[in-house]
Amino acid sequence: MRPMAQMAMVMNLDKCIGCHTCSVTCKQAWTNRSGTEYVWFNNVETRPGQGYPRQYEDQEKWKGGWTLNKRGNLALKGGGRVSKLLHIFSNPKLPSIQDYYEPWTYNYSTLTDAPAQQHIPVARPKSLITGNDMKITWSANWDDDLGGSIDHGHKDVMLKNLGDKVKFEFEQTFMFYLPRICEHCLNPSCVASCPSGAIYKRSEDGIVLVDQDRCRGWRMCVSGCPYKKIYFNHKTGKAEKCTFCFPRIEVGQPTVCAETCVGRLRYIGLMLYDADKVLEAASTEDDHDLYEAQRGVFLDPLDPHVIRESERAGIPRDWILAAQQSPIWALINTFRVALPLHPEYRTMPMVWYIPPLSPVVDIIRDTGHDAEDGRNLFAAIEALRIPVEYLAELFTAGDTAPVESVLRRLAAMRSYMREITMGRPADESLAAAVGMTGEQVQDMYRLLAIAKYDERYVIPPAHAEQAHSLEELATECSRDFDRGPGMGGSGPFGEGSGAPTPITVENFQMLRDRQTSDTASATTSTHGRVNLLNWDGHGKPAGLFPGSDVSQPDQPDQPD
Amino acid sequence: MTTGAEVLLWVVVPYVCLTVFVVGHLWRYRYDKFGWTTRSSQVYENRLLRLGSPLFHFGILFVLAGHVMGLGIPKSWTEFVGISEGLYHFMAVSVGTVAGVSTVVGMSILIYRRRTVGPVFTATTKMDKTMYAVLATVIVLGLVNTVISNVFGHYDYRDGVSVWFRGIFRFSLHPELMAAAPIGFQLHALAAFALFALWPFTRLVHVFSAPLGYLTRPYIVYRSRDDQLGSRKPRRGWEKVK
Ligand code: SF4
Ligand code: SF4
Repeated sequence: MRPMAQMAMVMNLDKCIGCHTCSVTCKQAWTNRSGTEYVWFNNVETRPGQGYPRQYEDQEKWKGGWTLNKRGNLALKGGGRVSKLLHIFSNPKLPSIQDYYEPWTYNYSTLTDAPAQQHIPVARPKSLITGNDMKITWSANWDDDLGGSIDHGHKDVMLKNLGDKVKFEFEQTFMFYLPRICEHCLNPSCVASCPSGAIYKRSEDGIVLVDQDRCRGWRMCVSGCPYKKIYFNHKTGKAEKCTFCFPRIEVGQPTVCAETCVGRLRYIGLMLYDADKVLEAASTEDDHDLYEAQRGVFLDPLDPHVIRESERAGIPRDWILAAQQSPIWALINTFRVALPLHPEYRTMPMVWYIPPLSPVVDIIRDTGHDAEDGRNLFAAIEALRIPVEYLAELFTAGDTAPVESVLRRLAAMRSYMREITMGRPADESLAAAVGMTGEQVQDMYRLLAIAKYDERYVIPPAHAEQAHSLEELATECSRDFDRGPGMGGSGPFGEGSGAPTPITVENFQMLRDRQTSDTASATTSTHGRVNLLNWDGHGKPAGLFPGSDVSQPDQPDQPD
Repeated sequence: MTTGAEVLLWVVVPYVCLTVFVVGHLWRYRYDKFGWTTRSSQVYENRLLRLGSPLFHFGILFVLAGHVMGLGIPKSWTEFVGISEGLYHFMAVSVGTVAGVSTVVGMSILIYRRRTVGPVFTATTKMDKTMYAVLATVIVLGLVNTVISNVFGHYDYRDGVSVWFRGIFRFSLHPELMAAAPIGFQLHALAAFALFALWPFTRLVHVFSAPLGYLTRPYIVYRSRDDQLGSRKPRRGWEKVK
């Protein structure tokens, strides 16, 4: 056994309202530079739909991920080492800018600079690639909310196996949102495709990163990733990808996309897994068994044997504790409601999804039935094959059984909790019907519906030998008591000397305090200073106004 | 008797250029690892590149191999292992012509693409243009020399240019050999040294990152968290003098 820790995410799709806040905040944080205009580390696609880049799921075309070769061994679908080197001068499977979309801006200045004239001046779209005028024909979410899907909805790759059963007429269709980031896979094909060895999986937390100093721009990772979550920065000539906001994760903060998610639907936590079993699991013969195979790779953090082995492998004690409290472990294993996205790519993805019950609920409600009733819901899950089959194409390589089981659990929770909310006795048979106890259902409800900040995110900070001197770790100086020699971070040579608490850390901590507090404005001591960046305008942070009854003997009198 | 101009051209210039080549690369690697890339423009345009780039690159690799043979290996050695002058000549001309032609054709496609495809042209820097001009000069001169010396003249560069070239690395200087070479060879050599001097400051540095290690390394790379990344070490209290 070779236990390793993996930072993972689960998204509860029922709660996604498709607001794209996650995409926008991620872009502001990571890809608002030139060369990455077209890049969305986080994107939200409407399904059914083509996704971004268009039809990225068509692996017969893009050859991303892994496949089993004739001898049953795992091999890169895009070709092995020799073939990669032979194709290095021109990557045959590289998506072009047009497969994403041509980014643009508007020449806004004409709006203000135009001379007085009869017609209203127009800000024309200008391509950010060529600088010329352009016609906007596609974007990262062009088919948002099924827009235009009558025309191109059938281009969704997942529909191939469903025939033309999915209808795009307004009354007959269904839809949901699928937010996507890099999966930080256990068996990443991007890493395996990189000729320079510049992409690596961090051994501490499994985050997959591109070393910008070692990337040489060979572009093999872009085609190697089946989720198309590696992007080529066309200005710097280097590959870039989602970083799982590692600087935030290292100090125990959730990623930007999770922190800002309006639906509060993202969960972040640790998973322990056995690195020795990954290859075997990824080589599982039948696509349908890959979901279970991947679950088999995870280690139970409560098992004493696992704990011992993990400690021996150097995983810190508090990380093991965090793995025990991990919402990811609960959702994947205890409640079994989370499923991997496209396990058939065999990369062992680590961003999992709770499939949405809403397509089913919507249809029941629209037909005038009680959509909270467990029996109705169970029957509908059985009868409504199309949404279920579609979800199965996404999450279980087409096997409907696991998807049904998840949906039944969600349905049971829905109607079980309805009874309780209505003050009626709980219907234990509902819980039993999905193999759970009432208590478990309530626990699941608490995690999924109440979704408290510190239950959604269980992120142990990184360990470093130099923890005290690390810039982003707010470890305080013992002399920092009020008016002590430390004086709130100022060193022995007066104000501003020594190391002040970095503002980012202060923001992080205060944000977290605010998110987890029950009152409008929680306050943290900042040693007489007030961080207005974090004041939400409610309440009165301590220190904003000087106390009226406190004399300040050490303040020299200011002559008027 | 060698003149001062000859010494300048065939001794001083080569050494200066080679020094710039070596020191330049060290400097660039030290200070600009981030800029060390192929700067591929494939995302902008694929149709022409798919044709031109492999033609050019495979062509130039063979041309390189030819130069290693022709310049690096003394005539006496090849004769010693029994490769006759005729056989050597035949090989050099046949392989050389194919490689040379595919290089030139590939390069023409690539330059045409640079010039005509909007996004690619916008992404072309001044340094790129300079590099392209010098590289093209070197390649065209080289091809012209091959043609001329095989069709019209009988200059055996293995008794002239090659001896001079090897001498540069063995500090046994023969500027007189170059001075006696046909003008085409002289120009080709000078342009090539200019290219060497330019090399470290262009995208050509990517040649030295040919990822041969990929053939032997394990697929999945694990690396320990880098303290320099997210959580930085405290900075020095003073700034380095720039
Ligand atoms: S999803 Fe992320 S880790 Fe997985 S192959 Fe793609 S880029 Fe690599
Ligand atoms: S911010 Fe949350 S709710 Fe909004 S689109 Fe992103 S994942 Fe969905």
